[in-house]
Amino acid sequence: MPFFEAVVLALRTIQTQKLKSSFTLLGVCIGVMFLISVVSIVEGMGRYMEDDLVGKLIAVNTFELRNRPNINIGDVDEATWEEYRKRKRIEYRETPAIVADLPSDVRYAIVSDGGVTGTSKTGGQPRQLRAYAVEGDYFEIKKMGVTAGRVLSQQEMLNGERSVVIGVDAAKRLFPSLDPIGREMRIGGVPYKVVGLAEVQGSALGMSFDNFVIAPWKSQMRRLLNPRPNMIDAVMVQSASEPAMKETMETVRAVMRAQHRLRPSQKDDFSLQTADSALEFWNKIKSYLVLAGIALPAIGLVVGAIVIMNIMLVAVSERTAEIGIRKALGARRSDIMSQFLIEASVLGTVGSAIGVGLGIGLAKLVAVVTPLPASVAPWSIFVGVALGAGVGIISGSYPASRASRLDPITALRAE
Amino acid sequence: MTDTLDDIGLSTTGERRAVVAAPGKAPDKDWVIVTRGLKRQYDMGGEIVRALQGVDVAIRRNEYVAIMGPSGSGKSTLMNLIGCLDSPDEGEYWLNGLLVSEMSDDALARVRNKEIGFVFQTFNLLPRASALQNVELPLVYGGIGADERKKRAMEALDRVQLSQRVHHRPNELSGGQRQRVAIARALVNRPSILLADEPTGNLDSNTSEEIMRIFEKLGAEGQTVVMVTHEPDIAAHAKRVIVLRDGVISSDQRRDQFAAQVGLGGGH
Repeated sequence: MPFFEAVVLALRTIQTQKLKSSFTLLGVCIGVMFLISVVSIVEGMGRYMEDDLVGKLIAVNTFELRNRPNINIGDVDEATWEEYRKRKRIEYRETPAIVADLPSDVRYAIVSDGGVTGTSKTGGQPRQLRAYAVEGDYFEIKKMGVTAGRVLSQQEMLNGERSVVIGVDAAKRLFPSLDPIGREMRIGGVPYKVVGLAEVQGSALGMSFDNFVIAPWKSQMRRLLNPRPNMIDAVMVQSASEPAMKETMETVRAVMRAQHRLRPSQKDDFSLQTADSALEFWNKIKSYLVLAGIALPAIGLVVGAIVIMNIMLVAVSERTAEIGIRKALGARRSDIMSQFLIEASVLGTVGSAIGVGLGIGLAKLVAVVTPLPASVAPWSIFVGVALGAGVGIISGSYPASRASRLDPITALRAE
Repeated sequence: MTDTLDDIGLSTTGERRAVVAAPGKAPDKDWVIVTRGLKRQYDMGGEIVRALQGVDVAIRRNEYVAIMGPSGSGKSTLMNLIGCLDSPDEGEYWLNGLLVSEMSDDALARVRNKEIGFVFQTFNLLPRASALQNVELPLVYGGIGADERKKRAMEALDRVQLSQRVHHRPNELSGGQRQRVAIARALVNRPSILLADEPTGNLDSNTSEEIMRIFEKLGAEGQTVVMVTHEPDIAAHAKRVIVLRDGVISSDQRRDQFAAQVGLGGGH
């Protein structure tokens, strides 16, 4: 019998046995539903971590030279912390040697960051702001544009002029319902002129990325950020591609090791941080979460498989006469086998398709009522449906082979 | 003899003896069914039941034959063998020039599909399928496309005067109508033989007559019909009656001879 007709026949049989079929569907359906929703939530969390959190902190194909990592998602043991604390701070005078060895096509920026208090005539009380003292291609690396005014010029940065670019939240607080461009704000008592209003950077985990002020590194502001004014927090380097970035990282590593006079046996006393290294721990958790997200629904699917097998066995004995008739009319073993197999796999597929739908719904519901984000992974839909069909085929094969081996004479008498 | 015209095509005893007594030789195309020394036994819980003990049957194309016998005579076993639902332990069975006694299960399924049209006592229709779908079933297994299938199924239903009820399910049809659907299904693949097993066993006498008239009409149209029954008056509708007893053929007669023997009094 052609495949298409077998599927139509299976659907018709399922339709005429609604109650029995729906019980069969249930097992697979629930398994797939949980699979889809767990995977969606894990995927959503991952997307959140990767794109929103770390992605906003560290740009693409970019690494940061720091004395120790500033993004530590996960467990850092006591000994490591101890070692981090002892590390020497990176100083501004170390940067020319690094910059001199960088390939010509990379972007770099020198950054000191920290918290400052900003005031303005219109802003009332002093405002806590995230502060970045920068030099080099900071705005290009961060892909940060402005909605009004302009970014800091190289000239301003080299001269350490008192110009700043501020984020929209900072602007709202300091200059409520006013155009901030050209206005004055004070940081640590020193006046700065607002030259640019940065584009909205968004937020993650309830943390705004728009409450900041960016000033030239050489301006007074850096003195508020680090214990000594010659200290810097990071050198950001952005390459054109990931392989180029890895190569440049090695160049920078060599320069730094030379400057710190490290022997080959000594470990680095600085960190080269990438988005990937920041996400390392997250990726570890994620693999456990995905495993759990697969193992639990797998139990549901096994139960579903047993239910399908049982119901198919009942179906075979209930439909013995039908099998006899079909055999008498010329059905071969393979025809009967495929009829029951297709019926089981259609049941499995329909069940898993419903499960996919419910799973997506459940994930969306979780996303709405809890802070957990959800993002439906296309592969999980495919895997869900394939699993359902597979469960159907596996659990249907024994009943189907029993059916196909029935003796037509005995089967015809079974009424 | 009033049956002279009916007897055109009926084989003679001599012809049958000749074709049966040539083991291993493929019979002439004219012989639809030839069995030579057919034996079949069953193991019923340690007891060997010799259901058939060497049966020679020769049926020529266009014959309308009844196989009769009391229960336990082996007629059901013979019907299963003729219908290719079972294989003999010994002996040959040639169906339409094919040596089916040596065939594999799948080859037998194909023969059942192409060469045999079954009509059963209990109709054996699929309860959830319409009359049309039931009639189409052999064509589905014969690999016929949907359009051709429908056309041929409609023709077959038309032959049994059921073209008005094609979308009814078996439980929406009377017993006689169900059996007519079954006959249409048996005819739809244009089989070499129409094999009926107690076709009127579940029907009242009026409906039985109606069904028997259909068989007679089909026989008159040239369809080879083999009917298994234990009722002499039903058997007497056939032109030739083979009587089995204890696993062997006890008589093989023309209808008039049979009718006279059992006291049914000539033709109808």
